[in-house]
Order: sequence, then C-alpha cells, then structure tokens
Amino acid sequence: MALLEVRDLSISFPGGSGRGSALSKAVDGVSFDVEAGQVAGLVGESGSGKSVTSLAVMGLLPHTARVSGSASFDGRDLLAVPERELEGVRGREVAMVFQDPMTSLNPVVTVGTQITEVLRRHTGASRRAARDEAGELLARVGIPAPVRRLREYPHQLSGGMRQRAMIAIALACSPKLLIADEPTTALDVTIQAQVLELMGDLVRERGTAMLLITHDLGVVAGLCDTVTVMYSGRVVERADRHELFARPRHRYTSGLLASVPRLDAPRGQRLQPIPGTPRDVIGWDAGCAFAPRCSAADDACRGTELPLVSDGARDRHLLRCAHPVPDQHDQHDQHDQHDQHDQQERSA
Amino acid sequence: MTQVSDALGPAAPTTPDPDAVGSGGLWHSAWRRLRRNPAAIAGAAIVALFLLVAVFAPLIAPGQPGVPLPNSGVTPSSVPGPSPGHPLGLDSPGTDLLTQLVYGARQSLLIGVVSTALGLAGGAVLGVLAGGLGGWVDVVVMRVVDILLSIPSLLLAVSVAAVLGQRPVSVMIAIAVAQVPIFARLLRGSMLAQRGSDYVLAVHSLGVRRRTVVMSHLLPNSLGPVIVQATLTLATAIIEVAALSYLGLGDSNPSTAEWGRMLVNAQSRLSTDPHLALWPGFCIAVTALGFTLFGEALREALDPKGRK
Ligand SMILES: Nc1ncnc2c1ncn2[C@@H]1O[C@H](COP(=O)(O)OP(=O)(O)OP(=O)(O)O)[C@@H](O)[C@H]1O
Ligand code: SF4
Ligand SMILES: [Mg+2]
Repeated sequence: MALLEVRDLSISFPGGSGRGSALSKAVDGVSFDVEAGQVAGLVGESGSGKSVTSLAVMGLLPHTARVSGSASFDGRDLLAVPERELEGVRGREVAMVFQDPMTSLNPVVTVGTQITEVLRRHTGASRRAARDEAGELLARVGIPAPVRRLREYPHQLSGGMRQRAMIAIALACSPKLLIADEPTTALDVTIQAQVLELMGDLVRERGTAMLLITHDLGVVAGLCDTVTVMYSGRVVERADRHELFARPRHRYTSGLLASVPRLDAPRGQRLQPIPGTPRDVIGWDAGCAFAPRCSAADDACRGTELPLVSDGARDRHLLRCAHPVPDQHDQHDQHDQHDQHDQQERSA
Repeated sequence: MTQVSDALGPAAPTTPDPDAVGSGGLWHSAWRRLRRNPAAIAGAAIVALFLLVAVFAPLIAPGQPGVPLPNSGVTPSSVPGPSPGHPLGLDSPGTDLLTQLVYGARQSLLIGVVSTALGLAGGAVLGVLAGGLGGWVDVVVMRVVDILLSIPSLLLAVSVAAVLGQRPVSVMIAIAVAQVPIFARLLRGSMLAQRGSDYVLAVHSLGVRRRTVVMSHLLPNSLGPVIVQATLTLATAIIEVAALSYLGLGDSNPSTAEWGRMLVNAQSRLSTDPHLALWPGFCIAVTALGFTLFGEALREALDPKGRK
C-alpha cells in the first residue's frame, strides 16, 4: 500500500460560469499514489488543478469547496478525519512548501520563531531545545550564519534563502510526506537548481516521500520517480519517469515533451509549441478536454467518457486517450509525423 | 493566431523586489517615510508638546488649578488681564488662566487616553472574535456591534452620567463605548483581509492551532490600521471630553481644570472677554489637529500602495 493513495478526487467550487447555483469543477476523478520514500511528480499547465488537489489532501481548501473521493494517508482517509485530528497530521506527518517564498512567511515574526513554533507544537520540545534544533535545521538547508538568521525577519532574507527557510520549517518535524507546490517557480533561475537539489538531497537522506507539483518537465526529469500528468482537472497519463520520457503516449504529454528543449535532441530539430490555450474551467460533459488542441482528435475523443487504462503490456503506464501516440522507440519519426499533420491542418 | 507556447506554464520568475517586503519591513519603511513628511513632524511636535505639558503640569503651571485667588478682581463685567504672576490673566472663577489651561491638558490626556484604551480593548476583543473565528461567532458579534452603533453617543453619555453620576469615569465610559464598534469593525476587516494571505495558509499547513494562528499571526499583522485609528480617535476623544462637559455631562467637580468647562464659563463673557473662550478653544483645536495630522501621516506611511 502506498503512503498516500488519492482516489477519485473531485473538487468543485460554487458559482461557475453558469447560473448562481452552478458548481464549477476544478478537479474531476483524480487518482494517484505517492510511495513511501519516493518522489511523485504532478505535472500540468496553469489551472489544471494541481494546487487545489494538494490543498484538498491537506484539508486546506476554503469551506466553499465541495470535495469528494478519498486520500488515504498511512491508512487514514485525510478527507474524512475531523479538522482537529487533521491539525495534528499537518506539519508533523504531512508538510507543505508553497510557491512564493516572498509571501509564505509571516512578515512580522522572526524566522526562528516560525520554526520553533512548529517544533514546539508537534514535539513538545522546550524553548531552548527547539531553538537549537531550529539553528541546526537552518544550517542543514544551507543558510549561512544560521544562529543570527534565527533572530531576523523574513524581509531580511533573499528569496532563495526564504524558500530554504520554508523547507526547513516544513521538514522540522520530519514528516513522512512533503508536498511541494511549484517550490522553485518564483525563484531566480540560478537559484532554482540549487533549491531543487537541496530538496532532493533532503528527502532522500530522511526517507521522506515527496509530491512535487510543477509545470516544468525539467524539474520532473531531475527528481521524480513517477509522473502524473494532469490536463483540465483530470489525470491524462501516469507512468514511471523513464517510461514517460521515453514513451509518452497521450497526445498532450507528447506535445508537452516536444515543446521543451532537450539536450539529447538532434541539432536543428524545431521545438513544437502546442497550439491553442488551455481551458481554465472544465466545461465539457464527456470526452477528452484536449480535443480542441489535438491534431488527432475525432469523434471517438469527443463523444464518450474515456477511461484511464493501462497501456497494453505496461501495467504501470496509465493513459486516457482514444488515439495514443504509437508506441515507437524512435520518437523523432513520430515528431515528423506530427509536424506534417499540423501543416496539413494549417493549410486546410 | 493563438500559437501560444504555454507548455511551460506562466513565466513567473519574479526577481525579488527589495521594497516588496512585509510588515517587518513595513514598520521600518513607515518610520523612514514619517520622518520625511512635514505634516507628520508638525503633528508629532504638537502631540509631544501636549504630552509634555500634561505630564509636567505642576512644574509649568504658575498656580494650583481650581483655586480662586483671594481678591482676584473679577467683576461681573471684566476679568483682570495679564500681570506678572499671571501671564494670561485670570479666568472667570478667579483662577489663573494659564494654570487652568495647563491642567486642562492633563485632564484631556487622561480621559482621552483611558477612554481610547477602553474602546480599543473592547473593540479588539470583539474584532478578534469576529475576524479570527469567523462563522456564526462573526455574525453574532457583528450584530452586537451594529446595535452599539445604533445608539446615539450623546444619549449614551447622558445615560451613563445618570447611572454613574457626573464623574470622569462616566465620561470615559461614554466615549469608550462609542469607540468600541469602530475598532471592532476595523480589526475584523483587517483580520479578514489577512486571513486570505499566503502565510496564513502556510501556518495552517503546519498544523499550528487555530488560536495561535489568530493571536500570534493574524493579530500582529492586522494592527497597523488599528494604531492609526487609535491616534485619530484620541483627537475626537479630546473634543468629546470638552463637548460633554460643555453640555454639563462632564466631571462636576469644580476644582478639576477642564477645557470644555472653561468654554462654558467663558460663554457669558464672550462679548467683553473673548480670550477666555479663545484660549481653551485654541488648545482643543490644536491638540486634536496634532493627533489627526500624525494619525493621517501614519496611515499614509503604512499604506502599502503609497510605498515607493
Ligand atoms: N478558491 C477557489 N474558488 C474558485 N475556484 C478556484 C479556487 N481555487 C482554485 N480555483 C479554480 O480551480 C482551478 C484549478 O486551479 P489550481 O490553482 O489548482 O491550478 P494549478 O494547476 O495549480 O495552476 P498553477 O500552475 O497556475 O498554479 C482553476 O480553474 C481555478 O480557477
Ligand atoms: S487523441 Fe483524442 S483522446 Fe487523445 S489527446 Fe487527442 S483528443 Fe484527446
Ligand atoms: Mg498552483
């Protein structure tokens, strides 16, 4: 049994585009696992529902949100436990790192207090012990002069340093699962790699599992063991990292990979942008949400509800696509095919 | 032509803006901005002068307050003008005018500060309950606040004076009760605004207890507007103290010097000796102006929108 098993998670918010009572669906029937000690990537475009998924697991969605499904963590359904019990789980067993380190720390409380607060809340450590522990944590995440930094306020730290402090706070009580929601998106490019490497090292050395949310496939390639690809609130493909990068089957995933510069691509190969824009609200009744942007779309994609099924022989590779990319070992052929298809469409 | 390459999501590499900092830096930069604002300096100077006079009244005043001088020379139609021992002359009851003004500052400060503190405390409790807990607590508390708001403050002052007698404490309570809804609403609003911020979500994600989140995270971040309001409220409180005693609802003890009552006493001599009314009127106006200037400057300095 996996450490975190999310099953059939659906999330809607009141007041969609329709009438007053209408609900707008942000996430629809999402399932994925995070194995103990592993890093699971959750990838998707802006608005695909990655953040609301993670907030639902933490029980941190606004009260207006309607949530169904289950998220069993260590055998306990986090979506069903009472708020009071959940408070004891948060920070101690599951912790979270957010996207924007500039706003995710309390501006009027010192960094040290923000760490010791969590330690004392969950471990009952004395003020002194918590203080010492906090210093060690800051040192571990690579903040120079940690003891001095404890007394400083967040604005006295740079963005990268703040994100390191956030990581220290999240890992303070050695949680079993760390959820990181685009932890490096707001950082300078030069710092992104350092922070990612730090996170990878930390979870590996502590045996912490991590759910890494990102829209950056480069991040996934570097850190994740498994990858779940979301599009418009649904899981469209799921596989181990190597499998996904070697054989993307869903048209969206393959498009996503083709649009990212790759070091192993032959010189002169053009990048392939995915045409169109993602839809921010889920407005279809059945079928593939990617159809309006997909060059292979036909009636089979639009009419019926497509299930998330395993890909033939590979039962760890799941996908939801009526016309998957042919399972070819040479991806470049596939690209050319794709290219021709696109050109035909455009000239038509 | 929407060939948008969105596969990488939104480009959001925000370079850290040195000024885009939170309240820790907010207070610091507010202080810098205050020092550069002439209105703030003028306000602060007036407030400082008022505080000094109030605190050191016995050292500054030439005499004792409320003690009519023997053979004062006050007649029904005139009061003695300035003389060596009495730089501003005498007041209509035959007391030294400067002494009355100086001790009046003390009385205004005392009642103003105590009533504002009471109003702030009451408003803070209600505001924290409403803004921190939300839900039905919020609804109930805000209805109570609405009821408080609907009582005219003058009526309230009359009732309090009737129940407790004409004592300084009645004045304080009357003024404080009128302030409670203002502070409660302000703090509630400012806490509600804070509740949506990222750091609150982050502390919740760490399992910090709700009470702790409210008291040590939301509250300290919500105090800025409340401090500004308290400064402004001091100005109104000082005017109200005077107004209430002008209406005969203030302290009835004739030996306490009070600017409002000095105005009352000066009324009958307005045509012959207008300075008896002008001096306390001037003191009330300038003190209130000082607090208002300072409060407004503080509001501007703390307003994140105005920060460059
Ligand atoms: N509190 C809310 N009320 C209503 N709708 C919401 C709320 N929070 C999120 N949504 C909607 O849910 C959808 C998914 O949002 P979410 O933030 O999870 O996307 P995301 O995949 O994290 O995107 P990004 O990469 O931009 O962070 C969006 O369409 C958004 O409008
Ligand atoms: S082929 Fe059909 S199901 Fe597959 S991505 Fe394209 S539109 Fe969706
Ligand atoms: Mg997000």
